[in-house]
Amino acid sequence: MSERLIQKLNILADAAKYDVSCSSSGSDRKNTNKGLGNGHQSGICHTYTEDGRCVSLLKILLTNHCIFDCAYCVSRRSNDIERAAFTVDEVVELTMNFYRRNYIEGLFLSSGIFKSADFTMERLLRAVKKLRLEENYNGYIHLKTIPGASDELITEAGLYVDRMSINLEMPTEAGLKLLAPEKSHQDVIKPLGFVKNQIVQFKEEKKLIKSVPKFVPAGQSTQMVVGATPETDKDIMYTAASFYKSFSLKRVYYSGYIPISNDSRMPILGTQPPLLRENRLYQTDWLMRFYGFDVKELLNDNNPHLDTDIDPKLSWALRNMHLFPIDINTADYQLILRIPGIGIGSAQKIIQARKFGKLYVHQLKKIGIAYNRAKHFITCADTPFQLKDFQSHQIKGFILAESQSKYLKTPHEQLLLF
Amino acid sequence: MIYIFDGTLEGLLTAVFEWFERKPGVATLKSKGTHQPDAFMPSFEVQSDREKADRVWRGLAQKLDRAWMRRAYCAYLSELPQIHHDLFQFIIYIFQNPHGAAQNYGHPQVLSITQTARKVEREKHRMEAFIRFQKTADGIFYCGIDPDFNVIPLLVNHFKNRYADQQWIIYDLKRHYGLFYDLQTVEEIEMGTDISLLKKTSQNLLDEKENLYADLWKNYFKSTNIVARKNTKLHTQHVPKRYWKYLTEKL
Repeated sequence: MSERLIQKLNILADAAKYDVSCSSSGSDRKNTNKGLGNGHQSGICHTYTEDGRCVSLLKILLTNHCIFDCAYCVSRRSNDIERAAFTVDEVVELTMNFYRRNYIEGLFLSSGIFKSADFTMERLLRAVKKLRLEENYNGYIHLKTIPGASDELITEAGLYVDRMSINLEMPTEAGLKLLAPEKSHQDVIKPLGFVKNQIVQFKEEKKLIKSVPKFVPAGQSTQMVVGATPETDKDIMYTAASFYKSFSLKRVYYSGYIPISNDSRMPILGTQPPLLRENRLYQTDWLMRFYGFDVKELLNDNNPHLDTDIDPKLSWALRNMHLFPIDINTADYQLILRIPGIGIGSAQKIIQARKFGKLYVHQLKKIGIAYNRAKHFITCADTPFQLKDFQSHQIKGFILAESQSKYLKTPHEQLLLF
Repeated sequence: MIYIFDGTLEGLLTAVFEWFERKPGVATLKSKGTHQPDAFMPSFEVQSDREKADRVWRGLAQKLDRAWMRRAYCAYLSELPQIHHDLFQFIIYIFQNPHGAAQNYGHPQVLSITQTARKVEREKHRMEAFIRFQKTADGIFYCGIDPDFNVIPLLVNHFKNRYADQQWIIYDLKRHYGLFYDLQTVEEIEMGTDISLLKKTSQNLLDEKENLYADLWKNYFKSTNIVARKNTKLHTQHVPKRYWKYLTEKL
C-alpha cells in the first residue's frame, strides 16, 4: 500500500513539476474554526530543489492520463510513460500530513484531462471540498482551472481555493497551433475572463454584505513556455502585458522549455534550457509591475530582443542617456526607481533619508545601492565633478568589466562571422 | 564614559533612563560579559530597574510606530555584541529628536537597527519555513532548532495560529528553552533532559507513520527537481548549509 503510494507520488509529482508556479502569497485566509493552517500574506518557501526553485506547495497532478496530445507536454497521450492516478482520499491524506509537519504551505492541484473537462474539474473540486469542509483545512490551495469546464463548477471551486490558474502555454496563437492543434488561446481567455469577472463581482458584493465568502482571494496566474517556438522576447512580453491588463493577473510565469521529445518542431533533446533568457524575461516582468516601466519602453521594433549581457533596466538606461545623471537629492521617486543599481527598498530609504539633509556617497553605499553601477547615472552631494562625458557604450564597458555574470561560464551567444 | 549593564532588555532600557538623568556626555554601552576594564575611562554600572525600563519603553512607544518598536525589539534579539550600544544610541537619538526621526536612514544607528532587524526577521522567516515537525508516539509534534538569533519569541503567533489543532513543541537547543502549545495556550518551557537526547529523536519514540511521511516527502523532493536546470549555487543560497540538519529532505 505505502509502496504504491510512494510510486504514485513520484510519477505525479514528476509530471507536475513543469508548472513553475509555486507561489503561496496573496491570501490571508484565517484559521477561524480552530482547524489546521492559515494563509501567509507574503507566502513561505519551505525548501528549494537542487535547481534552485522554491518548493512551497505540494505540487501534484490528480492523474497524468490525458486525452490531449500537446507536443510540449510530458503527459501527452502519445507519450509512452507510466500513468497513475491519485484517489481523492490520497490527495487529502498527503496534504494534511505534509502540512502538519510544516513541510508545505499548501496544495497545488492540477490534472491531465481524462474523459471530459467537467469530469476532471468535478474530481478536483471534490478533493478541495473534502479538505476544506471535512478536514477543517485552511492552508493555501492553488487549483488549475480546466479549460472547457462549466461555469458552475468553476464558480464553486473559486469559493474554496486561494488561487486559480490556467496556462497559455505558447506566447502566440500561431505557436500554440503548431504544437497543440487541438487547443487555442480562446480556451484560456474564456475561463480567465470568467473568473476575473466573478472576483470583481464577489468583491463588490462583499462591500455591501460582509458575510459574502472570499472568491479566489489570491487571484489568477498563467504560464508561458519560452523557447519551444521561435517567438521574440517582444512577442512574449507584449502578450504578458496584455494579459496583466485585461485579466488583472497576479503573475505571469515564463518557463524555459526543457526538451522532452525528439519532435522536429521543437529544440532537440539535450539542448540547454534557455535559463538566461528566462531570467531576463522575469526581470522585464518585474520592471513592468513594480518599477513603473511600460513594456514599450523596454521592448519595441528597434529592440525586439532583450540584451543577454546586461539586464533590461541597465539597457534601457543606456539607450536613454539624455535622462541622466539624476540628482538623488531632488529627483522624484519614480525617476530614482529607474536608476540601474537602485531597487525599491533603497529608493524608499533615499526618499525618507534626504528629508534630513543632503545624501553623500558613503550614505548611499550604506543604504545598500549597487554604487559601482549606479554611479554612472546619479549625482549626489559630493559627486566629483566630471569633465568627460562618457558615451553609453563606454559606460556599458565599465560596468561589464567589473561585474561577473553568473552565466559567463556557459556562453549562449554565437560569435558573428561577418 | 562606559555604561555597563546586565545584558537584558530591561537593563538596556534602564541604562537609557540613567543616561538622561545624569547626562554624562558621550557614553558607550557594554554588557557585563563583554566589558573589559579601561584605565582611562570612568565606568558606571547600571542596576536593572523594572519601573525605569517600563517608563523608557512607554516613552519610546509614543515616539515610534509599531513597526519601529518591533524593529527595535528584533534588533535586541539578534544578541550581536555591537547591537547593545547601537540600540542605546538609537533610543537616545529618538528621544532627542522630533517625531519621524526614525526615517533618517543616513544616520548610522538608524541604519544599523534597520539592517539588524532585517536579519532577525529573515532568520524568523527561515524558521517558519525550515522547521520540520516529527510526530511523536504521544501525538505531539516536536522540532529542535538552533537559530543564529534568539527568534523563538517571534515564532509564537505564527505557529499558534497555524497549528491550532495539534500539540507542538519548538525547542531552542542552543539557548535551552522552547515553546509548548497544549491546544489552548503557548507556554515557555525548559526541559531538564540531556540535550543530546533532544537533538536526535530516537525511532521508538516516534509515531508509527512518521517514517512513511518522511519517506514520501523525500521522494517528493527528489521527483520535483528538474535535473536539466541544476543550479547548486542558487540552491545553497536559498537553503544555506547550516540549516540542512533541520531538513527532512536533506538528511
